[in-house]
Amino acid sequence: MSTPFLSLRDLKVHFSTEDGVVKAVDGLSFDLEKGKTLGIVGESGSGKSVTNMAILGLHDPRNTTMDGEIVLDGKELISASETELEKLRGNKMSMIFQDALASLSPYHTIGAQIAETYRKHTGSSKKEARDRAIEMLRRVGIPQPDVRVDDYPHQFSGGMRQRAMIAMALVCDPELLIADEPTTALDVTVQAQIMDLLKDLQQEFGTAIIFITHDLGVIADIADDVLVMYGGRCVERGTKKQVLSAPDHPYTLGLLNSMPSLDGPVDVPLSPIPGSPPSLLNPPTGCRFHPRCAFAEKVSGGLCSSEQPKLEVTEGRGSACHLTSDQKRDLFADFAATRHN
Amino acid sequence: MLRFLIRRTLGAAVILLIISALVFVLFYAAPRDPARIACGKVCTPETLALVKKNLGIDHSLPVQYWDWLKGMFVGRDYASFGHCDAPCLGYSFQNREPVLATIEDRFPTTLSLALGSAVVFLIFGVGTGMLAAVKQGKPLDKIASSASLIASSMQIYVVGVLATYFLVDQWHLLDRANYTPFTDDPGKWFTGLLVPWLVLSLIFTANYTRMTRSQMVESLSEDYVRTARAKGLSRRTVFFRFAWRGAMGPIITIFGLDLGVLLGGAIITESTFSLQGIGRLSVKAVGTNDLPMLLGVVLVAAAAIVIFNIIVDAVYALIDPRVRLA
Amino acid sequence: MSNTNPLLDVSGLTKHFPIKGGFPIRRTVGAVQAVDGLDFQVAEGESLGLVGESGCGKSTTGRLITRLLEPTGGKVTYRGQDITHANRKQLAPIRSEIQMIFQDPYASLNPRQTVGKIISGPMEINDINPEGGREKRVRELLEIVGLNPEHYNRFPHEFSGGQRQRIGVARALALEPKLIVADEPVSALDVSIQAQVVNLLQKVQKELGIAFVFIAHDLAIVRHFSQRVAVMYLGKIVEIADRDDLYNNPRHPYTRALLSAVPEATVDAEPRERIRLAGDVPSPINPPSGCRFRTRCWKAMEKCASEAPPLVQVDGNKPGHLTACHYPEATESVPAPRLSKDPEAAA
Repeated sequence: MSTPFLSLRDLKVHFSTEDGVVKAVDGLSFDLEKGKTLGIVGESGSGKSVTNMAILGLHDPRNTTMDGEIVLDGKELISASETELEKLRGNKMSMIFQDALASLSPYHTIGAQIAETYRKHTGSSKKEARDRAIEMLRRVGIPQPDVRVDDYPHQFSGGMRQRAMIAMALVCDPELLIADEPTTALDVTVQAQIMDLLKDLQQEFGTAIIFITHDLGVIADIADDVLVMYGGRCVERGTKKQVLSAPDHPYTLGLLNSMPSLDGPVDVPLSPIPGSPPSLLNPPTGCRFHPRCAFAEKVSGGLCSSEQPKLEVTEGRGSACHLTSDQKRDLFADFAATRHN
Repeated sequence: MLRFLIRRTLGAAVILLIISALVFVLFYAAPRDPARIACGKVCTPETLALVKKNLGIDHSLPVQYWDWLKGMFVGRDYASFGHCDAPCLGYSFQNREPVLATIEDRFPTTLSLALGSAVVFLIFGVGTGMLAAVKQGKPLDKIASSASLIASSMQIYVVGVLATYFLVDQWHLLDRANYTPFTDDPGKWFTGLLVPWLVLSLIFTANYTRMTRSQMVESLSEDYVRTARAKGLSRRTVFFRFAWRGAMGPIITIFGLDLGVLLGGAIITESTFSLQGIGRLSVKAVGTNDLPMLLGVVLVAAAAIVIFNIIVDAVYALIDPRVRLA
Repeated sequence: MSNTNPLLDVSGLTKHFPIKGGFPIRRTVGAVQAVDGLDFQVAEGESLGLVGESGCGKSTTGRLITRLLEPTGGKVTYRGQDITHANRKQLAPIRSEIQMIFQDPYASLNPRQTVGKIISGPMEINDINPEGGREKRVRELLEIVGLNPEHYNRFPHEFSGGQRQRIGVARALALEPKLIVADEPVSALDVSIQAQVVNLLQKVQKELGIAFVFIAHDLAIVRHFSQRVAVMYLGKIVEIADRDDLYNNPRHPYTRALLSAVPEATVDAEPRERIRLAGDVPSPINPPSGCRFRTRCWKAMEKCASEAPPLVQVDGNKPGHLTACHYPEATESVPAPRLSKDPEAAA
């Protein structure tokens, strides 16, 4: 097998705070090929955003320790210098964020912000960069781009701002695009527009996309592969189809079960996951999900609370759980029945 | 923008009108009668009436106020002083000088003091604050923070006396404070005011250091700063083009107000260094029940604050495109 | 629903927020037509869902019903009493019967008060002394919402987001309300926690017989929670129906588009119809003439621009299923037309 385009090996991101060390990401590995979309699912504090800030090297080195390997197209990023990273950011890899209004500078025009990225990485003239900005705005579907290029972010609607963010992220034809909950703040009809746009652009440019979200519905729409994170670790990964229709980890199963659907039964209560997401300052011992897991008692010897389950991956599919596959087959059996009546 | 300026200027005029009326009313609410004081020890009712007439205070309060207002726009004739051209702020009860001329005489001192110290505290305060923000948590930041805390708890009269004693008398590093008009001798103007500038700006420097630091720290944690970094811009660019832009607004707001206050006279500083500015003039006017002079200095001080308020709002709109003037 | 007296009756409800401007003297130069002529009823113990995108006026509606805002026009009747313009004094007894739950469980609890104080607050204000004392009642309430009664003396910051929302629910229940207006009660919560709170609200609704106006943008959650659903667009109700009618047989193009845009976490079900609306919601300051949805509607004709469609039971609708559209979608039995995915084509 050739080397993957992006490869994370045992990534650890720890923050030192006044209260102690927060192990935001604690041993994460995955690969991503060009033209593919990896969906990372997780709740608040699962480490999904921290991972992606780490890929771009955006964590404050004063309170962050990073360990492991991040290799992008053959280049190791954790050991890379700030100048090297600056050349890659916005150029070979770029990022779009959830809150486009807060993430765009209120003091500069949309056009200036897009052009700035382009000039920084290509050294083109102001005129060329401006033309490029207009072209990008047209490409992401902003009407009258030659006029709107001089608008400020607050003059755009929510959907248009996110389009402008995408234009800014793609202005240098990056090979890796990290989208951190880009549609969470948007209305569903606008969300659908933005996801279509991302898919179209990916097809056109062959960009590798990491799509972070807490919404499994969005994952189902956009991802090829899925990685489920919990408490700073990957608990399950596989293709979208594998993860969504045959979940292999109690947490994934719990997430799917807790979501109401547009065609499921309505007169039964939802099946929530009890409890709350773990504290990363004092994570639970053993499997981090075990205090909330419905099946922890099924594993003999209290293994779940004493030993961290390993993530065994074969051909991109795997989960980190002490349950045997036979146990899972029995315990997860009614999953399909309850979801698609 | 023009509409904004017109609207705000009209508003400012109304505010000044209200302030002058208030001063008038408050002045007459005070128990002391200026005519009585001017009249002297042997004061017959006839002389008192004459003094009142001479001072222009022989009418009822509204009429007096009206006369005063009219004087501002069309000039005024006094029984004793003769004609006073518009804008006429009247004559001082105390020394019988025209108020406007006195203020014109004193204002350059106050203006020099205010502008000079503003330059000093902006450069040092904002500069140190930004440096502290860059070196957040490092020794430099801690030193700057503690030093500014100490400095801002000092009193001008203490620092002023100490500075004069050491810098001027003992070590002969700087000149003793005195005011020479800029037009007479810029060099003397500068050296004569250097000590007051440094002393007056000390507390401001400390405040601006702390304010700049906290604004920069806040602004550095904004999402758009993160985006700018994610675009590949260098720390430096992000710091000056993005974070500083966000921090500037609040600093300019406070600066405008501070400058407005300083132009109304820095009473303690002027007294400490025996400078004849608006501040001391106002103290004296209060002490001597000198209504016309008091009205004059109050109006100058109020106008400075009101005008700088308008300027601040206009500048804010220039910095932040989200602010729309109306 | 209309044969008995409804708990809440809203007719022609309108809220316009004035826009100030002009020169040299500032005056009202326009209005944000946040809510423009709503008609709906809520029966006792019923849950009405209010869905729509941001800016459709659903939150404003919630604030009008609870009279946190005063309507510009129309009428709000609660148990036969007109409360449209009722003053503070007249509202006082009603305020205890209509409660509100807010979206942000962080901002809506006073951080300096203990949980006990927060929940007993409404009782104190209304001078209600339940049997056995307020503290006993608060402990009961904590138990009802699934919190430990021992946590009576804790402060909000000691709780997680989901638990805080439970505190909000307990506070709303303190006065034994007849109607709860829940404004996006779960949208700030993690997915795994949302279900906990939805279940709690459902339990409360069923066991205590409390009527709900459930405001949300998440169509799946509204479907799960509400027996009847109203879809709002730009200040107007475009469609209102019983849950199954609305979700299985949407007649308004907007309802249909909204439903088709909801991403579902399934891969093996057959792909659903995809309708992509072009552009954004127009400004409520200057809403389109006639039908407000027409600028984004792929079926819009001249009539849509000239004439606002009334909210009526269009042909093929069951009783109680009202649609405001001149050219409603075909009923379920007729296969729906495949619609272009390209937003430009729809525009």
